[in-house]
Amino acid sequence: MTRLLKGMLFATTMFAPAGAVLAQDASLTIESWRNDDLSIWQEKLIPAFEAKNPGIKVTFAPMAPTEYNSAVNAKLEAGTAGDLITCRPFDLSLAMFQKGQLAPLNDLDGIGNFSDTAKSAWTTDDGKTTFCVPMASVIHGFIYNKKAFEELKVEVPKTEDEFFALLDKIKEDGNYIPMAMGTKDQWEAATMGYYNIGPNDWKGEEGRKALIAGTQKLTDADWVEPYKTLAKWKPYLGDGFEAQTYPDSQNLFTLGRAAIYPAGSWEIAPFKAQADFEMGAFPPPVKKAGDTCYISDHNDIGIGLNAKGKNPEAAKKFLAWVASPEFATLYANALPGFFSLNSTAVKMEDPLAQEFVSWRQNCKPTIRPSAAIVGRGQPNLDLEMWRVSANVINGTQTPEQAAEETQKGLDSWYKPAK
Amino acid sequence: MSDINTADPETAPIKRPFRWHILVFLAPAFLVYTAIMILPLIETLRLSLYNLVDGQTVFVGLTNFTTLFSDPRLSASFWNALGNNLIFFVIHMLVQNPVGIALAAMLSVSKLRFATFYRTAIFVPTLLSFVIVGFIWKLILSPIWGIAPGMMDWVGLKWAFAPWLGKSESALITVSLISVWQYVGIPMMLIYAALLNIPDEVLEAAECDGITGWSQFWKIKLPLILPSIGIISILTFVGNFNAFDLIYTVQGALAGPDGSTDILGTLLYRTFFGFQNQMGDRSMGATIATVMFLIILAGVSLYLFVIQRRMRRYQF
Repeated sequence: MTRLLKGMLFATTMFAPAGAVLAQDASLTIESWRNDDLSIWQEKLIPAFEAKNPGIKVTFAPMAPTEYNSAVNAKLEAGTAGDLITCRPFDLSLAMFQKGQLAPLNDLDGIGNFSDTAKSAWTTDDGKTTFCVPMASVIHGFIYNKKAFEELKVEVPKTEDEFFALLDKIKEDGNYIPMAMGTKDQWEAATMGYYNIGPNDWKGEEGRKALIAGTQKLTDADWVEPYKTLAKWKPYLGDGFEAQTYPDSQNLFTLGRAAIYPAGSWEIAPFKAQADFEMGAFPPPVKKAGDTCYISDHNDIGIGLNAKGKNPEAAKKFLAWVASPEFATLYANALPGFFSLNSTAVKMEDPLAQEFVSWRQNCKPTIRPSAAIVGRGQPNLDLEMWRVSANVINGTQTPEQAAEETQKGLDSWYKPAK
Repeated sequence: MSDINTADPETAPIKRPFRWHILVFLAPAFLVYTAIMILPLIETLRLSLYNLVDGQTVFVGLTNFTTLFSDPRLSASFWNALGNNLIFFVIHMLVQNPVGIALAAMLSVSKLRFATFYRTAIFVPTLLSFVIVGFIWKLILSPIWGIAPGMMDWVGLKWAFAPWLGKSESALITVSLISVWQYVGIPMMLIYAALLNIPDEVLEAAECDGITGWSQFWKIKLPLILPSIGIISILTFVGNFNAFDLIYTVQGALAGPDGSTDILGTLLYRTFFGFQNQMGDRSMGATIATVMFLIILAGVSLYLFVIQRRMRRYQF
């Protein structure tokens, strides 16, 4: 027994350093908030990269989305962050770049595979330096239960009137909850509500840019209108929606108890895995038939290089691979609903994802209004919009009060360039 | 006078070796306590006097505190959190402690059957992790999957059910009552122990004087357990003003809806560590932590120097 033990001790002391040398070859850690995607990274993406680049070992280390930004910032400051940092779009990553935590990537192989629009979320205000490789965008809309629609013999709505008539009909029938959404987690109300239907009212980029320029205010009719529409959603949400959480909503829909789910395209993959019925999708309905439609097509996720990382060369190799069409195809098909930003057209297998992407042909895309430039200060406009959108749906605040509150918060620090 | 010069063996200083073992035995506790409690506390207090100016940590005096109380948004959320925290504390004082005392009084009745069972059953939630408690109650009260709506339906009370955790009027009360449910075992145990300590002679003497039943509880037992009630109140105070975990698990870090369950602990968490797109601000977080420390210190001092000194104690 002792001999065995001695042998083991000997073996570990002799061979452990050898193992350490091997590991030092190059091991990369990806910091991310996408804990839902852990298995896809481990089983599909990382093996594909490692097979081509022997000697580089990649670990995907996700954490809770709401804690990601503060945690990764603390890690970057302490110098313990991984070599690769998943980038939130716009102001948050820009702040990291300005602090010198993210390295510029202008000369990275393959960065030319992205259009300026794709890069806009991770480029400095002067448009000169790009600091993250764009990975994917997400599109907002409504996912519906095709089986329910067939049973009720209803059609996909084109205008807002049709949309509410449809909700009335589902409610009257009583078999399905018309719409699965809760306000407890607050972000659903803004992300799937306000940012989803709003672009039709504030005319997408036009309104968003006017807000940044200061020619429009959040209290203008175009910005209050979506709150008014949201307030009308209340009777169509399930019983006790005030205490309904995000997973509750997802489960209500995938269990077939709700007919419509105000969604972001990132739901496609998990919904496919859960639901046993056919699903379809429609873009946010317009006010009047024939109006131009606008969709929220939001650059959501990119990946950057830790300026103080330990293996910059290996990390750059990985980033160049992320910028390649090969990665775009792999990623877009492994995670339908995260649409590639690569200029090379990517063939997607998933019909629901194709449906979402097809809206780009007729509708004008825009990004979330609170993401760029106006999202930089305190109080954070995005968080403010979460709170007031939830209040409006709960009926504890009027649309006008909600708009006024967000504008007041914005005024307290934002001075548009005149 | 001859005995003046003779050394009195009783009063002469006895040469004893220095008792090193006392220091040795104290050292582990002292070191651990200093390292994980006292140093972080001092560091937090220090951090509240510093702030980041142009990327450098600079001593700023009391500026953080003036910002906390003068900035309209920060001060609004601070007062909101403090107000909610007071309500949270008042509900504990009005529900948890009286119920705890009542339970202890019932348990100490010698004729009660299954007393041990009740005692254990009521104490068990205290031992559960707050994560489990929060999760269980969230499920019970869920309007979609919960058993509360169904059970209320059996007794014809379905109309009274509401998504309590999601409404700003009821969320704070609901969370407070969940916390009461979890911790009611602690006052019960402490009071139960105090009640058992009352000598039988005192109670027999009371019976001889014709004081029995309820009046015995009010006139004899309650005055004798008052010191324990004082201790429980101060424990409740400290616990409630440090509370964070249950609210975080049940309502999330935003302590919704609309900040209605936001207490000092959750406000501190959001400020110090940040949340979603809001970046963490360590100096302001430390400032809030310092204010919390001062509030608790004030409460405890008030108890120690004003109330406890006036309390009458009885020796048997």
